[in-house]
Amino acid sequence: MARPVQYNTKVKTVEIPEGYSGEGFFATSFDKAIGLARKNSIWPLPFATSCCGIEFMATMASTYDLARFGAERMAFTPRQCDLLMVMGTISKKMGPVLRQVYLQMAEPRWVMAVGACASSGGVFDTYSVLQGIDQVIPVDVYVPGCPPRPEAIIDGFMRIQDLIGQESLRRRHSDKYKELLNSYGIQ
Amino acid sequence: MSLTNDYIKQRLTDKFGEAVSQVEETFGMLNFTVPKDLNLKVMQFLYDDEELQFRFLTDLTAVHYPDRKGEELAVVYHLYNFAQRVRLRMKVYTSVEDPRVFTATRLFEAANWMERETYDFFGVNFVGHPNLKRILNVDEMDYFPMRKEFPLEDQTRIDKDDEMFGRGGHIGI
Amino acid sequence: MSEQHNITLPEGSIERVTQTLNLGPTHPATHGVFQNILEIDGERVVSSESTVGYIHRAFEKIAERRPYYQITPLTDRLNYCSSPINNMGWHITVEKLLGIQTPKRVDYLRVIIMELARICDHLICNGVVGVDTGAFTGFLYLMRWRELAYEIYEEICGSRLTTNIGRVGGFERNFTPAAFEKIEKFLVEFPKALKEFETLMNRNRIFMERTQGVGPISAERAMNYGFTGPNLRAAGVDYDLRVAHPYSSYEDFEFSIPVGTTGDCYDRFLVRNGEMWESLSIIRQAMDKVKALPSDVYHADVPAYYLPEKSDVYTKMEALIYHFKIIMGESDILPGELYNAVEGANGELGFYLISDGGRSPYRLHFRRPCFIYYQAYAELIKGAMLSDALICMSSLNLIAGELDA
Repeated sequence: MARPVQYNTKVKTVEIPEGYSGEGFFATSFDKAIGLARKNSIWPLPFATSCCGIEFMATMASTYDLARFGAERMAFTPRQCDLLMVMGTISKKMGPVLRQVYLQMAEPRWVMAVGACASSGGVFDTYSVLQGIDQVIPVDVYVPGCPPRPEAIIDGFMRIQDLIGQESLRRRHSDKYKELLNSYGIQ
Repeated sequence: MSLTNDYIKQRLTDKFGEAVSQVEETFGMLNFTVPKDLNLKVMQFLYDDEELQFRFLTDLTAVHYPDRKGEELAVVYHLYNFAQRVRLRMKVYTSVEDPRVFTATRLFEAANWMERETYDFFGVNFVGHPNLKRILNVDEMDYFPMRKEFPLEDQTRIDKDDEMFGRGGHIGI
Repeated sequence: MSEQHNITLPEGSIERVTQTLNLGPTHPATHGVFQNILEIDGERVVSSESTVGYIHRAFEKIAERRPYYQITPLTDRLNYCSSPINNMGWHITVEKLLGIQTPKRVDYLRVIIMELARICDHLICNGVVGVDTGAFTGFLYLMRWRELAYEIYEEICGSRLTTNIGRVGGFERNFTPAAFEKIEKFLVEFPKALKEFETLMNRNRIFMERTQGVGPISAERAMNYGFTGPNLRAAGVDYDLRVAHPYSSYEDFEFSIPVGTTGDCYDRFLVRNGEMWESLSIIRQAMDKVKALPSDVYHADVPAYYLPEKSDVYTKMEALIYHFKIIMGESDILPGELYNAVEGANGELGFYLISDGGRSPYRLHFRRPCFIYYQAYAELIKGAMLSDALICMSSLNLIAGELDA
């Protein structure tokens, strides 16, 4: 006797963007389709230096799974990743290393500063700590906390997803973006 | 027999006489001071002697006392005896103008990085160290940050408003 | 550079000169930021040189500016996988300086929290050794139990990772019944998970071949290098500060110390597993002892250093004065010089404190075990293969925050 078939009906799919659909086709603008694809398949580079790195390990583990947002593969090389998550204190000795990792990433790239130390130097207002990574690289999202709870890191990740979904395809070639990079000394 | 602080003190004064000074006992641990030329000889004696057996270097650091002229930097060694579980603190004073102390790396491998850290923070020059470079700070740094005359914060910041932190401005702290 | 690059190799080697490989500050596998420049001949490591300091946060200089109770959040960030041990170590040091005697219940509660922190640290270390050999499953299974331990910390102090737990003289608030329930739940459910992890890894042929004989160190060399903690115990020396210089009433507990023989990675893994079992037994004993004591004592009676109850502050004059003095950092700290050490998850964590009677310490030095035993890394991997070098690094349990302080 056959087993009764059960369908999992509680799957939440991503909404399709607005567009014009008909029999066998769906037309929407490039921005929306590419934004949708990009934001649900981000490959992050966890640049974990200190305590926030351990909270990131907890975010990646099964209780607060980050893989459900599309970040299944933590690419540990900058050449293959989209999002640079800087977690932990960056000291002045580490600044050039961080900058080099950022330069090795390919466009489009986003940066998330997780934790108080990466955002602004945190508790450590000393001679050896870089007071915020936005002194060396441009940052898109800052997640406060010391360390931020995994829910906060996921919230930061979702904001990045919003940014990516709404980004114009021409942004990386625009003058304003070039000006931003020039202010950091990046060509 | 168990090793008491008095016994250690007696053995040290028997062997080194006047060189061992300022012997005191704080919180159960014996402290003593030796002149900086004798630091290796004293540590070697404590290492080799069958009854004393201080063969473990727990910690090596320095303290800056700007008020003691001629003896500003104190290099502090913490030694430990595993068999009898006794701790010992040895201090060696040196001046800021000529901060040279013999290295302990030949006796204890553990002293290698601890001496580099002490050099990095205080500028104590360990004579005979295989690789005396800065270890924790940036290599280009030209001052020794843990000395009392240097401030904690980075002085080159222009974005911090000191008034909001209760310093400077019209508050005058 | 003190080490040469491109050393010419003798006859019969795979290459003619060695290749320089930079195992750089940005590691995959989230160990922490330290750099190793390896000279390799084919797959074998000929020599290596380590550079640390990529996360130097100048703790010792900061400590000269802060009052005593504000240094506790600093100590959290030393070994952040087991931050309660650092906090308690600092509080015990200050209590020794001030001559404060804590009641037994406070000691037993401290023991519970410290052993829980030790379990958390060993979970990460052993999980990461598994990940480096390719066994990701064990790590994922163990992180679930770290979440339960985080819930226990949250009940007691409000924070998950960098706990800032306790105060000089005791705890900031009494343990709630919910905290005790969660600890009981941990004691019941975690042994099964640890048994499962051991069945996965301990007698696993692949794991054993990857870790046995990798990075061995003899007991004499280990003592010369200043090793303490699980790394020294794996080399065969049964030195544990909880037994040698008991603090926080550890002498009331019965536990054994797992000791290895060769000091290689497999022994370190087994020693850490053994310590987790011992910690579980200590927590169980402590829970029984705590139940036998009156349940409203959670701090020592030292109003000069421990904040009085708010109700007293609003009604009594002395309590108001003490509250003011403590908050403004004007409490009378006695001058003195002391070195106190606790058994951290990595080894002997020492605090060398010189106080001149002022608001902040005159000098505070942390004796950090990771900094001291990382020097031996070059000797441990000499002649080993490249993949062994990575496993050796993760089995030493190097925490970057403690390395650089």
